[in-house]
Amino acid sequence: MDLITLGVQLLNAVQYGAVLFLVASGLTLVFGILGVINLAHGAFYMLGAYLAYWITLMTGSFVVALLVGVLVAFVVGILLETVFVRLLYGRDHLAQVLLSFGLILVIDEVRQLLFGKDVHAVAPPAWLSGSIQLTDNLSYPLYRLAICVFCLIVALVIFFVIARTKIGMIVRAGSENREMARVLGIKFDRVNRYVFAAGIALAALGGILIAPISTVFPGMGDGMLILSFVVVVLGGIGSVAGAAVGALLIGLTDTFGKVFFPSVSSILIYVVMAAVLLWRPSGILGRQDA
Amino acid sequence: MTTKGFLRPLTRRAMLSGTAGAATFIATSPLHSPAIAQNAPLKVGMMLPYTGTYAKLGQFIDDGFRLYVEQKGGKLGGRDIAFVQVDDESKPEAATDNMNRLVGREKADVVVGTVHSGVAMAMVKVARDTKTLLIIPNAGANDATGPACAPNIFRTSFSNWQSTYPMGKVMADAGIKNVVTITWRYTAGAEMIGAFAENFTKNGGKIVADLTVPFPEVEFQALITQIAQLKPDAVFSFFAGGGAVKFVKDYAAAGLNKTIPLYGAGFLTDGTIEAQGEAAKGIRTTLHYADNLDNPANLAFLKAFKAKTGKDGDIYAVQGYDGAALLDIGLTAVGGDFNARDKMIAAMGAAKIDSPRGSLSFNKAHNPIQNIYLREVRNGRNEMISIAQADVDDPARGCKMT
Repeated sequence: MDLITLGVQLLNAVQYGAVLFLVASGLTLVFGILGVINLAHGAFYMLGAYLAYWITLMTGSFVVALLVGVLVAFVVGILLETVFVRLLYGRDHLAQVLLSFGLILVIDEVRQLLFGKDVHAVAPPAWLSGSIQLTDNLSYPLYRLAICVFCLIVALVIFFVIARTKIGMIVRAGSENREMARVLGIKFDRVNRYVFAAGIALAALGGILIAPISTVFPGMGDGMLILSFVVVVLGGIGSVAGAAVGALLIGLTDTFGKVFFPSVSSILIYVVMAAVLLWRPSGILGRQDA
Repeated sequence: MTTKGFLRPLTRRAMLSGTAGAATFIATSPLHSPAIAQNAPLKVGMMLPYTGTYAKLGQFIDDGFRLYVEQKGGKLGGRDIAFVQVDDESKPEAATDNMNRLVGREKADVVVGTVHSGVAMAMVKVARDTKTLLIIPNAGANDATGPACAPNIFRTSFSNWQSTYPMGKVMADAGIKNVVTITWRYTAGAEMIGAFAENFTKNGGKIVADLTVPFPEVEFQALITQIAQLKPDAVFSFFAGGGAVKFVKDYAAAGLNKTIPLYGAGFLTDGTIEAQGEAAKGIRTTLHYADNLDNPANLAFLKAFKAKTGKDGDIYAVQGYDGAALLDIGLTAVGGDFNARDKMIAAMGAAKIDSPRGSLSFNKAHNPIQNIYLREVRNGRNEMISIAQADVDDPARGCKMT
């Protein structure tokens, strides 16, 4: 394998990891900060993809679909938190699993009513539909490149918000020691709501971005949910930076697994996860005292 | 979107509760006894994927089958037909339970199914054990009309071997020397690629690399980069449904469609061509059907299917349609008396169907003998270029039936 091909494969890995990161960061935020296991996370990813399909069809613009889709997901997140999810804080994980599993069924039924069972294709924006010629036979789709850049920007925004803003400070305090923060007079209700909604929006964003390169189909969230949990556990539960590292690792494992060890590529991800957890039981960037 | 007034297929959830009962029934009555009264409707169990990556395929088979029955006034061979539907979700692990339920609890006389080869093989197993009449309207698993063949099992579709074997010679004759193959790592994928490779290497071609991804994964980018690096003369692929849409789009997005021609089993562009759009242009495939087959049966079929469903009929619809035609021939031969099984099966085995795909007959293993067409995607349709091989008969390796 020559250097350019290796480079392209690296790019493939990063692009795959970038979308994984988006989805997994939402999952890890909700789990790390609210302590809620959201099994419906993959369903929101699917919902994002369907929204992308539908809004693109209606307006003819993928960019509109991106903006509106994320907004819709955010609003749905706020509603869900207000009505259901806040009942779960402090409850045992079984209650959370049951509620979020119920959400999966409801979302899937709604999806079926609105969009049916067909497989759909979504066109990327025209100005991103070409590809860059690297050598005479190797080229790279512009849209995939754009995903990498876009996800990098989103990641930087997330890190900035968490590290540098007041809301981020509250979020960090809440995830470190909720009781102490409460005693110090921080009101978590509103923050919880926004964190949950942001988590949902990130899942939907992942689905929207993947729609033009994947197809949109029922059940597309199932595989993504499992992968996201793998990423979250690998990186350390609740750590956004961990999600980034974990997603990159999974992207690399999957891509190079397919190229070099095709016959075992499907289990390679789990082999890597097992190996990492033996080395660091709480994940790569997880708090090891946990 | 599907807005027809059919019974909604049973979901897996609903099914789980019924499974226990069905299992008990099967255990206590190993020999399934067919319907009692001759004037009672014949119960046809449709076990097809109504959700998941193959949902559209399942729906078209279902629509095709029902279209034929409707054209005969709701009767086949003078016998009323009643339907019961089960969603198999393309999940092999649930297949035995679903099939047992249809045969045991629902007391289906005939079962029609399915798309996924793994699911179909589980159905074949139950059909063999219970002697239920099974008509396979898609799944091409070679074994179903090979080692697992049985008098009560018919196929109105194809064997995997049959659909791609002719392409080996077509590509070799076109001067193609080096080919990379790519498919899902499951039975159908291995058999489609295997038959192609068998004929291609026999005619002097060379398989440079044999790429696979786990079923039903759709992230192909790493392998597409690898294809670009290997620079073969052409790529031969098998994917179907949503995966086929994705693969063809990825292949075009990487610019490979301009430098390395893409060939495949017909399923690559059948039922998927609309979603693939521009990306599918120029892809050549082999299949036992083409959209522009200019025979009276096909023209009439396409018109009727469009009138019934509002959609353009395709090979899946044809296979369902022919499944009903085959059952019709059997029931007609016995005047609707399903108990005269031997006579009925003999009539079905000797059937000659004037199918939309061309004339159709059956070999001793009950697999169709049919033309395989070479098609190219033009104007958003799979248009026939030539007959890749006429009257292709699956060798039915391992079938002991006489």
